[in-house]
Amino acid sequence: MKKVKVATAWLDGCSGCHMSLLDMDAVIISLARKIDIVYGPLVDAQEFPEDVDITLVEGAVSSQEDLNRIQKIRQRTNLLIALGDCAVTGNVPAMRNSIPVNKLLQRIYVEGAQEGKTIPTLGVPPLLKHARPLREFVKVDLCLPGCPPPAKSIVGVITNLLEGKKPEANLTLKFG
Amino acid sequence: MSQKKLSIRIDGELISALEGQTILEAAKANGKYIPTLCALEGLTPVGACRICIVEVSGVGRLLPACTTPIQEGMSVITNSPKLTLYRRISVELLLVERNHVCAVCVSNGHCELQSMATALGISTVRFAYNYPKLPADLSHPRFVLDHNRCILCTRCVRVCAELEGAHVWNITSRGIHARVVSDLNQKWGESASCTNCGKCVQACPTGALAEKGRAVEEMVKKDDSIRSLAHRREVQA
Repeated sequence: MKKVKVATAWLDGCSGCHMSLLDMDAVIISLARKIDIVYGPLVDAQEFPEDVDITLVEGAVSSQEDLNRIQKIRQRTNLLIALGDCAVTGNVPAMRNSIPVNKLLQRIYVEGAQEGKTIPTLGVPPLLKHARPLREFVKVDLCLPGCPPPAKSIVGVITNLLEGKKPEANLTLKFG
Repeated sequence: MSQKKLSIRIDGELISALEGQTILEAAKANGKYIPTLCALEGLTPVGACRICIVEVSGVGRLLPACTTPIQEGMSVITNSPKLTLYRRISVELLLVERNHVCAVCVSNGHCELQSMATALGISTVRFAYNYPKLPADLSHPRFVLDHNRCILCTRCVRVCAELEGAHVWNITSRGIHARVVSDLNQKWGESASCTNCGKCVQACPTGALAEKGRAVEEMVKKDDSIRSLAHRREVQA
C-alpha cells in the first residue's frame, strides 16, 4: 500500500503543537506504517515537496516569510489542517496586533534591551502589520483548535483521514 | 391569585405554562434546554447575546426566548439547522469583536463563552478578527476589568443594579464602541457607589471581570450566592 504523505509546518507559534503531536507516544510507530512524514521541523527535508496529501500547520501568519510559506504549502497540499489556536485564531502571536510594528520593535529591541540596542534586520523576515490566522490568507480544510490540541485529538484526525472518514464529525473541540 | 395557564407547543410537545412567563422560562420549567449566554437566573432578561433565539411559527424572524413572552397556542422550535447556524454566527461575532485569547485568560476552562463556542461545534470563525486596542481597569484593590474579554452581556450591570442595589455599572456609547463603565465613566477604584461586593465578578461569564492575583485558568466563578439571593427576593415578592 502506498504511504500517505504527511507534512508539518511551524509558522509563528511556540512549537507546543508539535510537542503535542509527539505526545502521541507509541502510536506514532503504528502510524509510521501508514504515513511518511515528508517535511517539517521533525525531519530533514529542506524544501516543501510537491503533492503532499495532508499538511498540519502550527502558528499564525506573522511575517512575509510565513505568508510565502503558507501559500506554497497550500499549492502543494491536498488537505490543509490548521493545528492549534495560533493557526486557527491568531492566539498569542496576535496579541501584538493593536501595537504598530515599528513601535513594537522599538520597545523590545531598543528601549527594552540592555545592550546592542538595534532593531534586527539581517536574517530575520519583516513582520506583517498583524499576525493573523491561516484562514485569512489561504483556504483551510480543517481547523483543530487548542493550546495545544491534545495528542489524542491529533491522532483522531489523522486516523479518521487515513480510514477515509470525515474527521469533522468526530472532532473534540477545545480552545485554550 | 392564581395565574392563568396557557397551552403552547415546544418542539411539537404540548405543554402548559403560566401567563407572563417567557419562552425560556416555560421551556426550563418543562425540562427543555435552550442555550443561553447573557441570561442569569434572577436577573431581568435583556436579549443581549442572541444565543437563545428560537423559531416561532407564523413569525418571520427569529426571536430571543429570554425576552419573548408566551402566548396561547404558540408553537416554538428550539433546535434546527437554521438556529444552530445563527447561534454559531452570534458566538463567532463575539469571538472576533474583541481579543479573546483563551490560552492566557484567567477564565480558561471555566468560561461560558468558550464552552458555548465548543458546544455549538465552532472550530473556527467565518469572519476576520477585529483586534481592537482596549484597556483594562486595574484601579480596584480586589478586582480587574479587562475590556478585551467583555461580551457586553450586561450581567454585571444588572446584578449590581438589581441585587446589590448599587448600580455602579452601565454601558456607554453604541455599537462597536460600547463599553462597560463604572459610575460616570470613572475608574472603578475611585467609584463612590461600589460596595466591593464582587457580585459583578461572579456573574461575569468570561474573564472580563476577575479577582486580582488569579493566573491563567484560576478564575472559577461562583454564582450560587447570586442565585440564592435572587431566589429569596422572589419569595419575598
